Amino acid sequence: MQTIRIDGVTRVEGHGRITVQLDDHGEVQDAHLHVLQFRGFEKFCEGRPFYEMPSLTARICGICPISHLLAGAKACDAIMGLRIPEAAEMLRRVVHLAQIVQSHALSFFYLSSPDFLMGWDADPSERNFLGLAEKHPDLAISGVRLRKWGQQVIELLGGKRIHTHWIVPGGVTSPLTVAVRDEILKGIPEALATATRTLQFFKHMMEKLSDEADSFGNFPTLFMTIGRKDGNLCLYGARRRHEGWLRFADADGNIVADNIHPRDYQDYIGEGVDSSSFMKAPYYKPLGFPDGIYRVGPAARLNMARQCGTPLADEALNEFRRAYAEISLSSFHNHYARLIEIIFAIERMEQILREPEILDKDIRAEAKANEPEGVGIIEAPRGTLIHHYKVDSNGMMTGANLIVATAHNTLAMNRGLKQVADRHLSGHDITEGMLNRMEGLIRSFDPCLSCATHASGSMALTVNLLDTKGNLKQCITRSR
Amino acid sequence: MAKARVATLWLDGCSGCHMSLLDMDERLLEIAAKIELVYSPVVDAKEFPDNVDLTLVEGAIASDEDIEKIQRVRCKTKLLVALGDCAVTGNVPAMRNNFVLEDVLRRGYVENATANQGPPMNEVPKLEPKVIPLHELVAVDLFVPGCPPSADLIYFLLSEVLAGRVPDLSTRSHFGN
Repeated sequence: MQTIRIDGVTRVEGHGRITVQLDDHGEVQDAHLHVLQFRGFEKFCEGRPFYEMPSLTARICGICPISHLLAGAKACDAIMGLRIPEAAEMLRRVVHLAQIVQSHALSFFYLSSPDFLMGWDADPSERNFLGLAEKHPDLAISGVRLRKWGQQVIELLGGKRIHTHWIVPGGVTSPLTVAVRDEILKGIPEALATATRTLQFFKHMMEKLSDEADSFGNFPTLFMTIGRKDGNLCLYGARRRHEGWLRFADADGNIVADNIHPRDYQDYIGEGVDSSSFMKAPYYKPLGFPDGIYRVGPAARLNMARQCGTPLADEALNEFRRAYAEISLSSFHNHYARLIEIIFAIERMEQILREPEILDKDIRAEAKANEPEGVGIIEAPRGTLIHHYKVDSNGMMTGANLIVATAHNTLAMNRGLKQVADRHLSGHDITEGMLNRMEGLIRSFDPCLSCATHASGSMALTVNLLDTKGNLKQCITRSR
Repeated sequence: MAKARVATLWLDGCSGCHMSLLDMDERLLEIAAKIELVYSPVVDAKEFPDNVDLTLVEGAIASDEDIEKIQRVRCKTKLLVALGDCAVTGNVPAMRNNFVLEDVLRRGYVENATANQGPPMNEVPKLEPKVIPLHELVAVDLFVPGCPPSADLIYFLLSEVLAGRVPDLSTRSHFGN
């Protein structure tokens, strides 16, 4: 038996290591993603006032702090037992959609597109965003401007781009002004044009990526998302409509569990420990561990959505379904789904911003802790995010459970790694480009390992082939 | 003149400081033209190279691997910058210092787990009992507080250093916001 170690995975949000076990004939036996740091928010929040939690948990992740602010605020709303003002909910939805744009743009342009445009086997020293800026400046500038716009909307609403304090239990801290609304609306045409142009470009590129679509996490699993009553794409879940409850579907798209109230999530989701990773592996409880494998994220959401609910995004989704499948089983299609969701997010933002009620000055409800527990769930860019808080009678935290989007995909990422390894590594002399495909599988999930526990920054890629006694047989290092 | 060799390192932080670096937007490409980015989470870099002029470090020190990394980076870097509150003070990652590490791990992997309970033992780094800021272990040349430091501040910092000046951040930076 030999072990290949990819240490660490590059161009993902965080630090991970991949190991692949080969038998004596070079056939892949198993493959695994290891996440390497741990912080302990679930414990060290103890004794702090519950209303600090959104701001504190935002520090789980600088890429999608809005997700943690929103899930945390929803959990606090539930602890207070109140319904937030309508304008506050609309504003939360707008800032969430802005985050979808910036986070998906980061994943597509900055992290993954170098593989598509420069090639999986390209010189690693150029296969990055700065290399892209030299070779394909138009696309790079598109990426910079689209991400920038999403971040600017967050800043216009919340005062700063990263770790805003504007989203709070009970609502938001300040109402929307006409000037800010108009400033956001002004940017929508360019953002939408950039997003649709990028989708057209990627659609053509997909023709050359059929091998990846076939082998990057292409297998049946369950899917999970939060849902709307009309079955359309749901990212925030309006409390006044009793939406945003959990929903599971099988690989054929049949709903297997529906209308799961956030407070009942533990009846359906268990958390298994992976003894070689700080990232846990949630599973669908009725099927047990590890058989209860399911996936979340952009492709899972679109699989489970009847439609997106906005004109251009619906057109794009229908076109995708005609070209590929009603229910896509390939995790590589997350890239495509992200571009559709960017279009949806921009269109939906405009719809919400044009409703006059969004300018209402009543944007925050106040209450003390009235319930001993609260659960807040949203669809973060990478999938379903669950915050569960427990408080004492004074509203001080006694414990928390957090299940982040990336963790739901743990079992699927490991199975996907095995699939890519089987396709590209088995029985071959191993090249750097093959290993980059293993990392590409991970990138297609756009995992946030920072969220999943935490991440660090060693980006060296050294592969050691060891024999059964641990002796070094072959060492491959990327020279950049 | 040779381009400055610049690196960025991500230890125990949330990546917000790196995102703030990307928030320079078009200015990122302007800076990129003046430097050689030799190591960073945003490029596919090799092992940390020798003779680095400037390294921006995000995050605190939380594990044996963090210790090994920051010491190696310190040896190979002329100007080492503690970027953001976690690197400067320990900040949020250091909040676990009020608890016994075993209790923190038990919450995550026993109390909040339903299958295969117990802390991960294989392939993962050894966590330090206490999380510490950079200067408790290595010499730091410049402290840049902020959660995160703004993109404008990072741009100012890089522009000054690239112009050969020591940036005066006294009126420009602050903790938290």
